[in-house]
Amino acid sequence: MTKLLSIRLVAILVGLGFTVVALYSFVVGAYAAITEEAPGHLPYEEPRDIAYSFDGPFGKWDVQQLQRGFKVYNEVCSACHSLKYVAFRDLEQIGYDEGQVKAFAASKQVPGIDPNTGEATTRPGLPTDYFPSPYPNNVAAAAANNNAIPPDLSLMTKARHDGTNYVASLLAGYAEPSAELLEEHPEAAPGPGLHHNPYFPNLNLAMAPPLAMTGQVTYDDGTEATVQQMSEDVAAFLTWTAEPTLVKRKQTGWPVLIFLLFATVLAYLSKNQIWAAAKRKNG
Amino acid sequence: MSFPWAKEYTPTNGVMKFLDEKLPLPRLVYNAVGAGYPVPRNLSYFWNFGVLAGFFLVLQIVTGVVLAMHYAANAQVAFATTEHIMRDVNWGWLMRYAHANGASFFFIVVYLHIFRGLFFSSYKAPREMIWLLGVVIFLLMMATAFMGYVLPWGQMSFWGAKVITGLFGAIPVIGEPIQIWLLGGFAPDNAALNRFFSLHFLLPFVIAGVVILHIWALHIPGSSNPTGVEVKSESDTLPFHPYYTAKDGFGLGVALILFFAMVFFLPNALGHPDNYIEANPLSTPAHIVPEWYFWPFYAILRAFTVDFLFIPAKLMGVIAMFGSILIWFFLPWLDKSPVRSGHYRPLFRKFFYVLLICMAVLFYCGGAPAEEPFVMMSQIATAYYFLHFLVILPIVSQIEKPQPLPYSITEAVLGSDEKAVLGENAKAAA
Repeated sequence: MTKLLSIRLVAILVGLGFTVVALYSFVVGAYAAITEEAPGHLPYEEPRDIAYSFDGPFGKWDVQQLQRGFKVYNEVCSACHSLKYVAFRDLEQIGYDEGQVKAFAASKQVPGIDPNTGEATTRPGLPTDYFPSPYPNNVAAAAANNNAIPPDLSLMTKARHDGTNYVASLLAGYAEPSAELLEEHPEAAPGPGLHHNPYFPNLNLAMAPPLAMTGQVTYDDGTEATVQQMSEDVAAFLTWTAEPTLVKRKQTGWPVLIFLLFATVLAYLSKNQIWAAAKRKNG
Repeated sequence: MSFPWAKEYTPTNGVMKFLDEKLPLPRLVYNAVGAGYPVPRNLSYFWNFGVLAGFFLVLQIVTGVVLAMHYAANAQVAFATTEHIMRDVNWGWLMRYAHANGASFFFIVVYLHIFRGLFFSSYKAPREMIWLLGVVIFLLMMATAFMGYVLPWGQMSFWGAKVITGLFGAIPVIGEPIQIWLLGGFAPDNAALNRFFSLHFLLPFVIAGVVILHIWALHIPGSSNPTGVEVKSESDTLPFHPYYTAKDGFGLGVALILFFAMVFFLPNALGHPDNYIEANPLSTPAHIVPEWYFWPFYAILRAFTVDFLFIPAKLMGVIAMFGSILIWFFLPWLDKSPVRSGHYRPLFRKFFYVLLICMAVLFYCGGAPAEEPFVMMSQIATAYYFLHFLVILPIVSQIEKPQPLPYSITEAVLGSDEKAVLGENAKAAA
């Protein structure tokens, strides 16, 4: 009994100790919060909400849009950004046939080995090859881009909060900083080689506006290639590169959920039947 | 073990007779989760979560073993093999999403299981050992989950590993050598990734072993129940099968619907986008946050911001974070109220609800950036957390006047109990 009492006495003392130290931190922090001004955040904007065909539980790819986005990537983004987790063969999933994929792969040079000398060289790509990087290594990428390495785009829409909307908003969102912003946050003014973009968390982006004018890409399906349109299309394409199984995932989900719902209703009814018998017998 | 009226297993055919003589596995199952295990008849749905936790452990082991067939624990290729699983392995995306969300659901059901135990004081005699083993399981789960999150070798994997192993660096004198020894280097790299993979594969089987002990210990006194009144006679119990197999079956169905809704429609909702960026030791993420199930404890860690006398703030945070779970080991001896169930403890109940609010605040602040007002909120909540378990609980159990308990489980369920009473409790409980 005395032993148990002493355990509780020790506990109360230890508990009071933790409480006092936590409250001491609180008092010091609260004093600092009152007396010192907290550093303000740069006011960046949340991505715009854009409707896509693959949104929602019944979403499906818009193959036309993916092909348009692929064209934007191929003609614009791929100059600086790699797509290293995507293979040429994957393009068959967005509506290209085997011949088109072969031809496209062959139009790209990928790293290879000279069969006669064994020296490093390049060769035309095969469908099994992955999209080649525009730079031989990160040092070359940094040197060519004012020290900012263009990130790989394969997973970009999954690697940012609200990624698809973020990519589309960012690409179409370049603008001059407003006078009010500069007045309130002089540090937000773009430095040399930087570009203002309200959707980028620190407002200053090394990438120059890549999509600058209508018609920069000529779409095969006749859609007018406005900056807005190109941004949304390439964001859709990058959503596919980030998760090619997205639509299959949603389509698999429905039969699974319907089966489980059915099984759970049955489980509920059998549970009721079993328990009703118990209640009759004893009650 | 078990009550005198527990049914005995009788093999009905030759094969089962043979088996029962040589290796009585069917008898074991019959006595553990079959008709041979009498269970209080009044268990609510809060008693489903033990079975659900067992299910998610098995799911994690099955999906994890398959993932390990395709994953390579090498810092050069770990991120790429994870993407290989997502893109090229047949149903690999399902395996990985089920494993990632399975970890979250494992923690959800275990947290509900723990808070069930806290409200109904399931840790009290004669069930102290069940509770102690449960806390061990929880600690092992946290270690396993942490190391699992490192394996995809994304930005949060890397920086999470750096922050968490850095905690050991707060220990005076020997902290830094311990940190280097744990990581096998000065920063997380191939050596750390390899040992984390090895341990991440091993620990779930250790958990499974402790789960067997947990269930073994449970079967000695039998399950607790919402009244907290111990079983007195046969009319207080029902055989586990078919009554609780049916009830757990329904509970499992509901859990699976919620789980697969997440897996198929919101698979990344509980994860952090930064972990889809490959680990880069030269670029620190703006906010390093652990997975959601660590948030309350992460908030406690960060609540200690000021050095106190000779104790550095970081060391105090580390002690408090580990201490916040270790104090659960002492609960059976801190709460001495003879009444178990929170339903009959008016004062305890009020403080329990404050604890729930406090946990919600800690959870929210742990996921928020380390800025005001979140730091101040977590400091108040941390103070209450320790106050609750170490000060309020012992005092309340001393001064509280509990409400009258029902005479028996049968009375609580059916309104009267006129059956003969077995065992020691021949008089109504106060």
